[in-house]
Amino acid sequence: MSDNTLVIEPRKSLLKLDLRELWNFRELLYFLVWRDIKVRYKQTFIGAFWAILQPFFTMVVFTIFFGKIAKIPSDNVPYPIFSYSGLILWTYFSSAVSNSSNSLVGSSNLISKVYFPRLIVPLSSAISAAVDYFIATSILVLMMFYYGIFPNIQIIYLPIILLLTFLSATGFGLWLSALNVKYRDVRFVLPFFIQLLMFLTPVIYPISFIPEKFKWILYLNPVGGLINAHRALVLGQEVDYLYLLSSIIISFLLIITGLAYFKKTESFFADII
Amino acid sequence: MSDIAISVENLGKCYQIGELENYYTLRDSLTDIVKYPIKLILGSGEDEKKPEIEFIWALKNIDFEVKHGEIIGIIGGNGAGKSTLLKILSRITTPTEGKAIINGRVGSLLEVGTGFHPELTGRENIYLNGSILGMSKTEITQNFDKIVDFAEIEKFLDTPVKRYSSGMYVRLAFAVAAHLETEILVVDEVLAVGDIAFQKKCLGKIEDVSKEGRTILFVSHNLSAIKSICQKGIYLENGIINLKGDISDVAKKYEIDQFSKINSNKNDKIEHLENTELGLSINSVTANIKYENYLKNLEIKINGKSKNKIKKMGISLKIKTIDNILVCHLWPGHLKSIINDLQGEWSCRFLCNNINKYLAGGEYLLDIILLRPKEHDGQLLTAENIIRIHIPPDDVYNSGGSFYLHRYGLVPLPMTFNITKENH
Repeated sequence: MSDNTLVIEPRKSLLKLDLRELWNFRELLYFLVWRDIKVRYKQTFIGAFWAILQPFFTMVVFTIFFGKIAKIPSDNVPYPIFSYSGLILWTYFSSAVSNSSNSLVGSSNLISKVYFPRLIVPLSSAISAAVDYFIATSILVLMMFYYGIFPNIQIIYLPIILLLTFLSATGFGLWLSALNVKYRDVRFVLPFFIQLLMFLTPVIYPISFIPEKFKWILYLNPVGGLINAHRALVLGQEVDYLYLLSSIIISFLLIITGLAYFKKTESFFADII
Repeated sequence: MSDIAISVENLGKCYQIGELENYYTLRDSLTDIVKYPIKLILGSGEDEKKPEIEFIWALKNIDFEVKHGEIIGIIGGNGAGKSTLLKILSRITTPTEGKAIINGRVGSLLEVGTGFHPELTGRENIYLNGSILGMSKTEITQNFDKIVDFAEIEKFLDTPVKRYSSGMYVRLAFAVAAHLETEILVVDEVLAVGDIAFQKKCLGKIEDVSKEGRTILFVSHNLSAIKSICQKGIYLENGIINLKGDISDVAKKYEIDQFSKINSNKNDKIEHLENTELGLSINSVTANIKYENYLKNLEIKINGKSKNKIKKMGISLKIKTIDNILVCHLWPGHLKSIINDLQGEWSCRFLCNNINKYLAGGEYLLDIILLRPKEHDGQLLTAENIIRIHIPPDDVYNSGGSFYLHRYGLVPLPMTFNITKENH
């Protein structure tokens, strides 16, 4: 049989992650990401400025309520830069999770009319959400100069943390987007779930703030260790490697099971979406 | 490489219908989990309240082969399984049984403009849509000028498509699709878009494509288009193949079946048709050909009844071909076919002398619309495809052969012919 012979058969239970096919469709992934980015701030008045405004004002509110009024400690760093350095990565994570969870249902017309590896849809959503992160870092740089806090050489590991956060968000995204095709409950659970997860993530408080006997809850959080490490790298502090490792392990569990569930259910997406 | 492009063996697709087709929410799954052990313990003493799950085979036992370079028309009524077949062949959905082997890259056009984003410009959408359809970026760039040319939108290339007229939108969408350069093309009813001039252009494009030796699977309700483009046909009916083979045979079988469906309980005379609200009914309609002085006259008679008094009722006639091409729509204003102060039984007659002079011999369908003249929503009673009219073919040009619809067209124009020869 020649190279481009294709056999269409009922789905076998065998799980196969067709990476070569995914690679063949890389241009589509690129165009979908490009579309998301292009369209995001179309017909808004202040455009991409929203990507700065949102985390910035959240940081202001957090500083007033948690930093000043509740007096939550911030590991000897001024509270604004402490919370902002956590917030921007958290914002990326949460929007990547929610965008990719809604991505399949949102592109139902594509899925019922054209063939391509379905994986591309949640992936492109998780990737395009990163633009806001990069825009928001500009404020972080300004704040560093203002407070005179600078990262050390460890900052070179930052891309790895970003990649891991992407994987962690994608793990959630694969699970939730595939579930969303069948159970529209996801749409209602999602905002609630993300809000809850934020309180279990060291965004507004340092991990040292949590009593020893409750720390294990934080260790189960796939993104907590990443946010903690992100902050440490940016502010030139010591990274909590144990916490980071546990987050990485949980993230990988999520993405492997998410991939398996996604591949198992994708063949009937077009029938029930 | 073998000369077979597509080979389909015993393909079938089964859908669940009934309750389960609605969104099955998480709650339902959870309650099922809770209910299950209870049912195990208590036994299912009561009547099962499980929703009825029905299975329906959208396709069953489909077998066929397509050689490279062949153009296959797939015809069949609504719900015959045409789209399901195309969806399986373009891998959008998986079959329940059987298999299909495809040699070559498949491009599928199940809808024009899939993935168009209203906020993006024409230029951007060409790239986006092209890549969704499976073209590479270099392919799109190579064909870019041709696409823009075909769509006739040069001036609006940098305008968001949400500002396009629907005609421009559809033209652009088709233009991108038409430049998909895969060896095998799967096309679903994309010609049902745009105005007639553009439809012609699209058909022409498909014909061009077919001459390049590519394999095309083509679904359409437009029989004349299918007949002019395809060599072979597959006639699907209720999910199974009714007939496959030469397109002319397949199309003929389909037409005959459609006919007998329309006429199954009519036989040139219709059952009582009534608008109960108004008490208005059509009791019989007949169409006869009367021979008079070697000429054929078409006579249409309608009998009806009105219980209530209707001040003014117009009778409108619509004659169509089997392919649903309108031949003539006579409004009450045209023939003054208006009845005043109508109550009780009524009958009327339409007559056309020497019908062969105007219309080719063949089969036609008749619609009757009763309406209040000069009112917009004044329809009182509509009877679509109420009877079939058979106009016997005639040797209009005294050429020794009859002029009939399927071969020579609708109208035997009273054309004349002259030669002027200039001798030098």
